[in-house]
Amino acid sequence: MNYDVVIGLEVHVQVATATKLFCGCPNRYGEEPNTLVCPVCMGYPGVLPVPNEAAIRRTILAGLVCNCEITRLSKFDRKSYFYPDMPKNFQISQYELPLCLKGSVDIGGKGFSGDELPSKAISMTRIHLEEDVGKLTHLQFFSGVDYNRAGVPLMEIVSEPDMASADEAYAYLTALKQAMEYARISNCDMEKGQMRCDVNISLKPAGSDEFGAKIEIKNLNSLKAVHRSLEYEIERQAGILDSGGTLEQSTRGWNDDAGETYLLRRKESAHDYRYFPEPDLMPIQVSDEMLAEIRSAVPETPAARRQRCEEEYGIPAYDANVLTLEKDCADYFERCVAAGGPAKTISNWIMVELLRELSQSDTAIADCPVSPENLAALIGLIDKNVINGKIAKTVFVEMFKTGADPAAIVKEKGLEQVTDSSEITRFVQEAVAANPGPVQEFRSGKEQALNFLVGQVMKLSRGKANPQMAAQGLKDEIERFG
Amino acid sequence: MTEDKKLVQRPKPGTIHEAAAALADGQTTSVALCEQLIERSRAVDAAINGFRQLDAEAILRQAERSDARRTAGQEHGPYDGIPVALKDNLAVTGESCGCASRILEGYTAAYDATAVARLKAAGMLCFGRTNMDEFAMGSSTENSGYGPARNPWNTDCVPGGSSGGSAAVVASGQALAALGTDTGGSIRQPASFCGIVGMKPTYGLISRYGLVAYASSLDQIGPLTADVRDAAVLLDVVSGYDDRDSTSIPTQNGNFNQALDNYDIGSLRIGVPAEYFNVEGLAPHVRTAVETAISAYRDAGCEIVDLTLPTMKYVVAVYYIIATAEASSNLARYDGIRYGARASTDDVLETYYKTREAGFNKETKRRIILGTYVLSSGYYDAYYLRAQKVRTLVRKDYTDAFQKCDVIISPVSPIPAFRCGEISDPLQMYLMDIYTVPVNLAGNCSISVPFGTHANGLPIGVQLIGDALQETKILRAAHWLEGVGN
Repeated sequence: MNYDVVIGLEVHVQVATATKLFCGCPNRYGEEPNTLVCPVCMGYPGVLPVPNEAAIRRTILAGLVCNCEITRLSKFDRKSYFYPDMPKNFQISQYELPLCLKGSVDIGGKGFSGDELPSKAISMTRIHLEEDVGKLTHLQFFSGVDYNRAGVPLMEIVSEPDMASADEAYAYLTALKQAMEYARISNCDMEKGQMRCDVNISLKPAGSDEFGAKIEIKNLNSLKAVHRSLEYEIERQAGILDSGGTLEQSTRGWNDDAGETYLLRRKESAHDYRYFPEPDLMPIQVSDEMLAEIRSAVPETPAARRQRCEEEYGIPAYDANVLTLEKDCADYFERCVAAGGPAKTISNWIMVELLRELSQSDTAIADCPVSPENLAALIGLIDKNVINGKIAKTVFVEMFKTGADPAAIVKEKGLEQVTDSSEITRFVQEAVAANPGPVQEFRSGKEQALNFLVGQVMKLSRGKANPQMAAQGLKDEIERFG
Repeated sequence: MTEDKKLVQRPKPGTIHEAAAALADGQTTSVALCEQLIERSRAVDAAINGFRQLDAEAILRQAERSDARRTAGQEHGPYDGIPVALKDNLAVTGESCGCASRILEGYTAAYDATAVARLKAAGMLCFGRTNMDEFAMGSSTENSGYGPARNPWNTDCVPGGSSGGSAAVVASGQALAALGTDTGGSIRQPASFCGIVGMKPTYGLISRYGLVAYASSLDQIGPLTADVRDAAVLLDVVSGYDDRDSTSIPTQNGNFNQALDNYDIGSLRIGVPAEYFNVEGLAPHVRTAVETAISAYRDAGCEIVDLTLPTMKYVVAVYYIIATAEASSNLARYDGIRYGARASTDDVLETYYKTREAGFNKETKRRIILGTYVLSSGYYDAYYLRAQKVRTLVRKDYTDAFQKCDVIISPVSPIPAFRCGEISDPLQMYLMDIYTVPVNLAGNCSISVPFGTHANGLPIGVQLIGDALQETKILRAAHWLEGVGN
């Protein structure tokens, strides 16, 4: 039987602020447990929350980036439930009046599985701001709670059930992640829990108006896990329905090693969170001035930048796509171009040499030891025949290691190209004398033989000869004695 | 009443401003002042139970430092070295802050409440922790987890609550003054029961940072003092904007003490709401006290304005819905996981149950259950939301009233202090809050000033209510009435 797949996502994204949402503790990952805490984020008796304006502004920015309506009078509410990771046993969240409503994210292009996706907009219900909770670790004889994360600003981004396949869900998440990174709202590092995702999935007979039982999958900590768990779940649910079985509303977990979902709990009586307005905080008023200010900081969208790079610099669509995947990479590219140099050459260097070195050394492009200006300078050295392309690659590796500028490396290591014609003539004569066979082949019209001879000249010059001059010299030499 | 049950006494010097003068003149020292109060406390507090804790040694060390500052001419202002007793729900670094609850047994505060930090900045000394109804829930201090406090005028009677300990230690000469908290009358009612002055400032005038929350939208810190001028003095020290409290009002710190030096009482219009005198159970002597005060104001040239406050009949219900709703949430954090007493079990849910079962007293549990109920889905609209709407109307009643008058006069409590154990029906206890809770609902300021005595010899307080941030007006009205009464 054919089924329509209905998927909705609830994504939590930590906002990259200097401090937590309601106190002055640093918002930082990876410190010793319970070292980034104070009476406020520990919920000690008598403390009061003070909202972090930067977190509110960035959440509004997230809304603008996702085409949301911004709520001009928003407020915080308390969400009550008992759990040891919650210092106050209530979470300051937003219920009735979230900061952002009704947005959308565009997806399209080639999907994760390689198939072409339909171009469509995935709608969002809302984005609200809340405080993150602590982190529970279950050890052998007891459980520990780390409250470093408690109080970190966290956005909850709720989509409409607009996705019809694992590929679409993957594309939505990728686009969302890219948008958040582009606007510097979050680093979205899923391994660090900066972006977390719960999915809701149901199947219904193709074309039916009635939704099937909603299954929630929790604890998905990578994009791949989201995709795999959805694929698994679609197959599992279809199998049950095909064999005449029924599904019931439930929550499932994901075992990444086994590659399967497992039942966490069956349909529970709806949780009563007893939401009510947070009496310790005033409503949030978003003034015209504030909104205009935030709007002016909205960055170019990844799609717009991709198109602009393609048109403005005349690079192929493929290049533009790769270069704009990350905002930092696009910035790097444009800084190189601004420093001078042909855009396509720069693009090649970034896509091949730079991205390889970065990935091998696990370095972010923002921390790249080779400045865009130095990369442009290196390309300039090739253009001016100071070095040849092959030497340039060696120089680049050295630049990546030391951060030094290319001219200095070339000079220090004596890598200048040999352009002195008498010196090249010497190498040419030597090569011709030593390789009568290929010389003969070239004479009889075999063009490839010349490449071999150029190679010999390069070898004799230890790679420093200008290859064009070497080829010309060889031709002249062979003709002269032809 | 037998004389041995009466422990009321003013020390000498008996007020902050007198003590400040004596310190300035070199007639006394901070150490002498504190020793005298500690000695008094040792003599009488066994019968009153007004202090939860009084660490004489630590206090005297602070007093010595203050005296050294003064000798060196480096005192932090006129009140350096003057001790102030603190209710057990105000955080002081390194001191216990138990809200008279077993659930916070062993808990020590890691920071100073803003009000406390301001006392310290003025050189004032934190003088013990006063007894209270657990988490400020109650009107008699009978709900303390550490035994009830007693009224110094008659130790068979309650001192009122929830700041009953603060009121009792001031009235019995164990402290010059105290800070308390008032969520629905918890400063004014015990002040009236104990024959002292108690003030609930405008919501937001004094930072709530470090005040352990009972009902966040109603809680306010305020002074309990021997006279009106001391209330003004303490207000000058602790009030003012605080960026740690988002509900704090950005206002210039008024000079309340100076405002009492010179004023024209006849320029104040005194409002008298009809509803206040139709309350069932209003004791005749209390009515007489308020009527006598009204006559006095009239004689002084004040215009007396008849008012109506139609929402009066709803205020107790509205208060107990909003206060308990907020309390159910504020008290959720007491679970034994991070601090305080824990009843350990193998299961986290079981640990919650056992800890909270053992740690909270009956009244606290009653209010948590009530608050949880009114916030539950399906009941929220009918209770909490409706109560919030009525609260808006209560506020409007007062806004309208203050178009016509400057100060509203009323009883504080329908009856004077009652006997311990006399009122066992919680609803009957709640209904006695009728004169005080509307002020918290509206967010206005109000002061209780002793005026007259009951036939049984117990003091009676008269309440003077002002519009938001009109502390100066009610302080002047109270200051003048105090002069008449004396």
